[in-house]
Amino acid sequence: MGEPIYWPSFLFLLCSAIACVFAVAVLLATNIVRMAFYLVVSLSATAGLFFLAGADFVGAMQLMIYVGGTLVLLIFGVMLTSQERFVEMKTWSGDWVFAFLIGGMLLMILIPAAFSVPQWSGLDLSEAKSVEVANTATPLGMGLLGARVDQLDGHDPSEPLQPGYLLLFEIASVHLLVVLVGAAYLARAKHKR
Amino acid sequence: MMILPLANLLTEPVGVSHYVVVGAILFTCGLLCMATKRNALGVLMGIELVLNGANLNFIAFGSRYLRNDANSLGLDGQLMALFVIVLAAAEAAVALAIVLNFYNNHDSIDIDRADQLQG
Repeated sequence: MGEPIYWPSFLFLLCSAIACVFAVAVLLATNIVRMAFYLVVSLSATAGLFFLAGADFVGAMQLMIYVGGTLVLLIFGVMLTSQERFVEMKTWSGDWVFAFLIGGMLLMILIPAAFSVPQWSGLDLSEAKSVEVANTATPLGMGLLGARVDQLDGHDPSEPLQPGYLLLFEIASVHLLVVLVGAAYLARAKHKR
Repeated sequence: MMILPLANLLTEPVGVSHYVVVGAILFTCGLLCMATKRNALGVLMGIELVLNGANLNFIAFGSRYLRNDANSLGLDGQLMALFVIVLAAAEAAVALAIVLNFYNNHDSIDIDRADQLQG
């Protein structure tokens, strides 16, 4: 052990191991309540991976919206439908065989593909240590408002900037509104059958 | 050419490849979850895993800690990931409403019994 441990890599290994192990646990568990808990752990570890990649705002949103919102919604769904006979639902063993066959083949394609691109193999140690830490919340907010302040430095003033995401932001907002009204309409209590 | 993946993993910085592998594992788990679970909420959880695998790739391709060249996605990757997170929340709300409706009407949450629209 000549070289010292590079701690971001260690944290990456830790977070990715937690994320992958609990994702597999979600797949293998038969109890729906346990599945929900494993999913919470897996998505929290994914938020840790986002932080490690320098996406601090997205990591925080992952924790707040996904773990704090979407999964609580899912757990409410579990609680509303958790009759005795639905808590444990076994998969047919023939399905498992096919599933692992297909999943194994998919992974056998995807993992060598991921390591086959030389540009993806990571920075050098000195280069990685010299990357300056940048806050992403402000450029992200400006990007959503249509101004790409992240592309200003080193940019030719005569060229137009890349467009921002104002239209997509508006579409997502209206989409969310419609979806929430629709969900409330679909799930409303019916008094007459 | 295949680059030896696991050598010096603790002493060297990780790259985009390692993130893509984690994303691929999450994606495969989610896909198999969607295919094999009989509980409708289990299928929903599989969808969440798939979306997270995709998100991890967006973040990895946009990160300057993993790949510091001109071809990096930059902030676009993070913006896409934000949209994926928001749309996943919307999707979960609608899907949950549909599942609850199915449960109320059929008194079951087994998706093998959701065959009323079958021709």
